Amino acid sequence: MSLSILAVDDSQTIRNMLNMTLTDAGFSTRLAEDGLKGLEVLENNSFDAIITDINMPNLDGFGFIDAVRAQERFRSIPILVLTTEVAPELKARARDAGATGWVVKPFDPPKLVRALQLVAG
Amino acid sequence: MADNTDAMAEIRASFFTECEELLESLQDGLDAVWNETSDEETINVIFRAVHSVKGGAGAFGLTQLVDFAHRYETALDEVRAGKLVPEGEVLKLFFRAADILSDLLQAAKEDGELDPATFEEVLSGLAALAGGEEEEEEALDFQPLILDIGDETPQLAELPGELPPGLPPLSGPAEGEGDAQGDSGGHIYFAAEKELFLNGNEPLYLFRALADLTELTSRCNMDDLPDLSDLDPAVCHLSWDLTTGADIDAAAVAEVFEFVEGLCTFRHRLPEPELPELPALPELPVLPGAPDTAVGAGADGEPGVAPAPDAGAPPQASDAPAPKLSTDQDAKAPAAPKAGAQKPAPAKPNPTIRVDLERVDRLVNLVGELVINQAMLSQSVTEVDMPPNAAITKGLDEFMQLTRSLQDSVMRIRAQPVKALFQRMGRIVREVATEVNKNVLLKTEGETTEVDKTVIERLADPLTHMIRNAVDHGLESTEARLAAGKPERGTVTLTAGHRSGRVVIEISDDGAGINRPKVRQIAIDKKLIEETAELSDSDIDMLLFMPGFSTASEVSNLSGRGVGMDVVKTAIQALGGRVSITSTPGQGTCFSISLPLTLAVLDGMVVEAAGQALVLPLNVIEETMTVEAAMLGEMGRETQVLRIREGFAPLLDLGTEMGFRTPLESYLDHVALLIAHEDGSRSALVVDRIVDQRQVVIKGLQNTFGQIPGVAAATILGDGQIALILDPLDITMNASGRTRQPSLSLAG
Amino acid sequence: MTDQTTQAPHNHVELLSFRVGEQDYAADIMSVREIRGWTRATPLPHSPAFVRGVINIRGTVLPVLDLADRLGLPQPDEGGRNVIIVVEIGDEPVGLLVEAVSDILSVATGELTPPPDIAADQGRTFVRALTIVNDQMIRVLDLPAVLPDVRFEAA
Repeated sequence: MSLSILAVDDSQTIRNMLNMTLTDAGFSTRLAEDGLKGLEVLENNSFDAIITDINMPNLDGFGFIDAVRAQERFRSIPILVLTTEVAPELKARARDAGATGWVVKPFDPPKLVRALQLVAG
Repeated sequence: MADNTDAMAEIRASFFTECEELLESLQDGLDAVWNETSDEETINVIFRAVHSVKGGAGAFGLTQLVDFAHRYETALDEVRAGKLVPEGEVLKLFFRAADILSDLLQAAKEDGELDPATFEEVLSGLAALAGGEEEEEEALDFQPLILDIGDETPQLAELPGELPPGLPPLSGPAEGEGDAQGDSGGHIYFAAEKELFLNGNEPLYLFRALADLTELTSRCNMDDLPDLSDLDPAVCHLSWDLTTGADIDAAAVAEVFEFVEGLCTFRHRLPEPELPELPALPELPVLPGAPDTAVGAGADGEPGVAPAPDAGAPPQASDAPAPKLSTDQDAKAPAAPKAGAQKPAPAKPNPTIRVDLERVDRLVNLVGELVINQAMLSQSVTEVDMPPNAAITKGLDEFMQLTRSLQDSVMRIRAQPVKALFQRMGRIVREVATEVNKNVLLKTEGETTEVDKTVIERLADPLTHMIRNAVDHGLESTEARLAAGKPERGTVTLTAGHRSGRVVIEISDDGAGINRPKVRQIAIDKKLIEETAELSDSDIDMLLFMPGFSTASEVSNLSGRGVGMDVVKTAIQALGGRVSITSTPGQGTCFSISLPLTLAVLDGMVVEAAGQALVLPLNVIEETMTVEAAMLGEMGRETQVLRIREGFAPLLDLGTEMGFRTPLESYLDHVALLIAHEDGSRSALVVDRIVDQRQVVIKGLQNTFGQIPGVAAATILGDGQIALILDPLDITMNASGRTRQPSLSLAG
Repeated sequence: MTDQTTQAPHNHVELLSFRVGEQDYAADIMSVREIRGWTRATPLPHSPAFVRGVINIRGTVLPVLDLADRLGLPQPDEGGRNVIIVVEIGDEPVGLLVEAVSDILSVATGELTPPPDIAADQGRTFVRALTIVNDQMIRVLDLPAVLPDVRFEAA
């Protein structure tokens, strides 16, 4: 099943990596460079899952997840957080914000795909 | 992934390009802190820059870079947390760390590594700032799964054998379907909390993922299902008993259920993980078992998670898939409602490409040829006298438009903002300031000014030298500054901007100014000038550019390198530029570099003087007029002036100035071009006629003849003839000394 | 042409000989880029008289020197000089205006003799070596010396 994924990261490099990984996995992918842009994209598109970075300008990952979850139609959209840190506090914070799961950067492509399948089928 | 080798190489290349931008914002941020112009967001920007470098570097296995960036980031995080104030030595360390980060990137780009000795000091400095918490955290990340089963704590837990008391019993998975697995199979009990759904998780997918790993049978318990009237749709009233094959271990199951850990009641009895599997998943950290109630907290911040579905919270997710009772593995249960048609929008990767500069240059040259060709063609067509509306004339017009846009686009490829160059200078200032023990602030302005890439590259060395000079010689020692009642911190200002069709870069300091008596004496001692020479202030200043001149009476670390300002001058002249000095005793010195736009194209006015076609940059021509008797005035014996509305402008005959003819008896009915100079003054150049106004391709004149006064470059006209492109300011400056002094004497 | 043109043993140099001011000169053929007819040059202001100006050669601005003038030789009528030899000096191409190109010569290096030390002769500084071919004295140009002394001009 081809999932449509929104990937939000301020790093061009990571966006490129995500794009390549997700496209290779047969997902259709939209990229956004920060939380605000991510919300804009969400406005007119629907996705099966969202992947987002935490540290981003304009609107960081936590704020982005908040804003996504605040919308009725996105209450249960799976959101994976990309994080370079694996500290438990960070995961807890991500979950508090409403994230579904997390993937550690630099991500291993198969692992990312598995994680997506875990949350979005 | 094999197919992706090229793609990876491209992403890697784009990573380095991105890092240049990141380093730029890092530098900007640090500069802002240094200049005390930072705001709350600045530290976040700084942090993010380092963080992104680290993230990208990790993707390419650049461990040295990752490690360094990580330390740096950790120290910066202390600042973000308000535990560390970025000032004084800390800030200096951050600057140095940024420099090293830049070096590391450079090394990584060339597939090398930096000698750790070069950054060990900074690294340990950063580690010290972060309070040595580093190792601890690192260790935590890779701690193995800790087994912990608490009565009420919905922790991911393993049931190594017996069920602890107080837990719901595994509902007979060993019976029925479970029998097929025999005793070697695993058993899992799973009941979702409300929060599991609020976080967008869906048990179905987890089961499905598990089923991909092993043979899975599931049984749904509906015992807890309340009456419909009592049903909270946001709460899942179901639990599942899963039976797995023997081929699955706890680690694999942990991976599947990682995201719902703490959001469900989850117990399992599974085969022991095979040991070799752990190292194979080093990036798969497993949570330490220390129960942290916050982990299980819902989005509403409610502490802990009560297994009972009576939390009293209003149902938040009416469309949460909780009520789906099916465990049918083929069921498609989209986790999110599909709003409207699915729009699969294939994302475009990074729109930048890296191109060999040589190819760009070839393109630039070819387009230059095209422009000339087009001009020649137009001229030929004009000569055969076509009717004005002929298709060919129209076609040629379009051709001309296209050529112009093509040329603009091509030139824009080469143009780059001076920002990167200026930032490099920031590093020089810091290095030199440290070496000579001065407190120096570098201010930059006009960083977005775009200059041709070649010019930027060739400007780096002379600019570096001038910056060193400004810090080393221009600024006084801290003691001298304080004694003179100046702020302790000296300021060096670097500005760039467009002025009169040229790029002007200024390096100024607020130091003591040029010590002219001393400069003069040195010049005499070195036999550069006669003892009796009469020199104006600006003449003395220009002595600094004489070969073999060096002012530092005590040779510091930085001077005595055998490079003098004469080299700077030569380098800038080689770019078709000029250097001038302004200096005020006690207030400072300003070196001004004026460069041609070298952007290979110029909007010019083609004029004729003494039978020669000459080109003047259109943007310096303020006005053109026919000389009338009433406008002419004499000033002294030979100087003529042109009266214009607001005053007088010296009148120069272009033919005479170029040495093509002797001055004419009268310039009546000639055409005068009013030239606006960089310094705001004006002069009038007399030509015989205006030929055309058009874009010309700039062709460099060789250095064979050195600088030709008044000539900036050359171009090829439509008839194939070369026409010289003139520099009106230079012409005025060299105006045989009849009209005005060179505008070098700006200093007082 | 002599039969030596096709091969140049390593102890030989190949020279392009030409007429300047009714004398025979030559330049190392390795320095010669091309030979072209005379076209009108755009004069460069404030340059020495022997600098005839610049011409357009396939989009490049090529400075042209009047070699006779540079060597202090009598200058024939304008019509008498109609060949520009494009040579590369250092890395930069320069056009030398001469009367005519004569021949390509292969000369044994042993047959090149340094010019006699006659300080008074202005032409001497421009000549690297002398040789005799078919009873004619050929003066081998010292090309860098032909260029104007930029440092001197600029000082």
